[in-house]
Amino acid sequence: MHNKSSSTLLYLRTAFAWFFACVLFFPIFWLALMAFKTEAQAIASPPLLFFKPTLQSFYDVLERANYVDYAFNSLITSVASTVIGLMIAIPAAYSMAFFPNRSTIGILKFMLSSRFMPGVGALMPIYICYQYFGLLDTRIGLTIMFMLMNLPIMVWLLYTNLKELPKEILEAARMDGATLAHEFRYIVLPLATGGIASTALVCMVWAWNESFWSLNLGAANAGTLSWLIASMSSPEGLFWAKLSAASLMAIAPIMALGWFCQKQLVQGMTFGAVK
Amino acid sequence: MAYLQLSNIEKYFGDHHAIKGIDLHIEKGEFIVFVGPSGCGKSTLLRLIAGLEAIDNGTLTLDGKDITQLPSAKRDLAMVFQSYALYPHMTVYENMSFALKLAKEDPAIIRQKVDKAATILDLTRYLDRKPGALSGGQRQRVAIGRSIVRAPKVFLFDEPLSNLDAALRVQTRIEIAKLHKELGATTIYVTHDQVEAMTLADRVVILRDGMVEQVGTPLELYDRPANRFVAQFIGTPSMNVVPAQGLPSLAAHTEYAIAPDGFIGIRPEYVQLDSPLAHSLPAKIDMVESLGSETLVYSRLENGLQIVSRGTDRVTLHAGDTTRIAFDENHLHHFDQAGKAYTVQKSPRN
Repeated sequence: MHNKSSSTLLYLRTAFAWFFACVLFFPIFWLALMAFKTEAQAIASPPLLFFKPTLQSFYDVLERANYVDYAFNSLITSVASTVIGLMIAIPAAYSMAFFPNRSTIGILKFMLSSRFMPGVGALMPIYICYQYFGLLDTRIGLTIMFMLMNLPIMVWLLYTNLKELPKEILEAARMDGATLAHEFRYIVLPLATGGIASTALVCMVWAWNESFWSLNLGAANAGTLSWLIASMSSPEGLFWAKLSAASLMAIAPIMALGWFCQKQLVQGMTFGAVK
Repeated sequence: MAYLQLSNIEKYFGDHHAIKGIDLHIEKGEFIVFVGPSGCGKSTLLRLIAGLEAIDNGTLTLDGKDITQLPSAKRDLAMVFQSYALYPHMTVYENMSFALKLAKEDPAIIRQKVDKAATILDLTRYLDRKPGALSGGQRQRVAIGRSIVRAPKVFLFDEPLSNLDAALRVQTRIEIAKLHKELGATTIYVTHDQVEAMTLADRVVILRDGMVEQVGTPLELYDRPANRFVAQFIGTPSMNVVPAQGLPSLAAHTEYAIAPDGFIGIRPEYVQLDSPLAHSLPAKIDMVESLGSETLVYSRLENGLQIVSRGTDRVTLHAGDTTRIAFDENHLHHFDQAGKAYTVQKSPRN
């Protein structure tokens, strides 16, 4: 009796999870479908489910804009912002996790609270600063912006991760004659690899997907794939198929990355709470 | 000058004065045990010596060199942690060779030293395993092995046996004692277990509330406790300590001058039951604990004071029975009102 009801519950839960996943996936599925239609098919009503797929839209997009350039911008800015961010966040998280003082928790909360402010609130001053320093539409400018945007979350993720390392292990290393550099190289980094990798992944995905700053601070030179997609929609009206093809090309690399690193991503997003 | 010398060491945690000025001289090759109730500062003191906490006041010298401000890594001390603190991502071999590797020792010599330590500790078969695949006792031995391969100036042990089960604890205790005899290394060992303290130590340091209560060999502490706290801390069951006023017949009978407002202490093995002596005291038995090799009898005097006795003979007494108890007067301890021990003079009587 008990068994039966608990297995029914399991079925229901599984069904609900599948339903929810399908709802979430549907727009992406629809996008992929559209990308292989002609423009005429794309605007057909009722929408076509069965049609002869074509790569025409992809050709058009690649012909009109240099996809590779934008993809390269996305790659450079997301990787560089993550690497620079880690270089700042790892030492910060280390000192907060192992040498906390009275203000540590306060600082952490403040850092998190900076994420609550809508970006548009800071757009004006940042835009003017960027203009002044000549950072508008440069990869360096976007890299800095993405890095700053992700830094609080990076510190948080790494902090919760490092906090799980037993303090005695680091003390044992110190007793064994380890300097700070040794401690990092032989103890902290190997033991925190999983946490650092998942943090890096999450932040890379966020930087890749970022559109607000990319649209406002970037343009044809440093624009990322988000910028490319946005540019598809404006000038000559809407071209659904081309827009879909461009979008699909923009999200494909990061989706592939996410697919291979599912486990790390989940661990990163749950702040290390789930193992 | 002592090998390791603590002079007026003090430590504050915020407003809490954890270590209140400790002076201690430790000679080369000595096995010193810090013992005391939880919160007495014994582990803190060890961590101050290790350099894992900063010393707020006082100086620490090792082998003639001031190491008060030196970081842990440069003090040349090895520590065995309560939680073992092995490096989980390294094999037993890597754990044990880590310090030597950092010291840029020749790999052939490292191999030789680790093999030797592994042989001593019976770990040779496990050198390629990671700590996760070892039992508690094996991990403990790796932790010890990690410190002996370095041949440090001083070994520090922080309650190393408290995570082991009872049988393994006794066995490991014996191994540690043997190891110390073989290596002759200066050792400081922290424990809350007085049996470990009594069996391992050359000298025991009894701490309470951040201060040293007494330093001495185990038997000195047992036979001549400096105060009531030490008297009752060392020994199981602990020493009977009663107000002198509670034993008027004893005070009247004995030929020693006893301060009337002080305390009298007597170890349970010097309490005699069913005494035929005229000045013995009537008592009622509360409880009898028969442990086989010894029997503990808890009895209550007419004025309500509880007295524990310990004997190797089995007794036929039961709770509720009455008996007469007497104290062996040559083994009385005397404490003044503040609890400090004093020696009494034989007073000419009659």
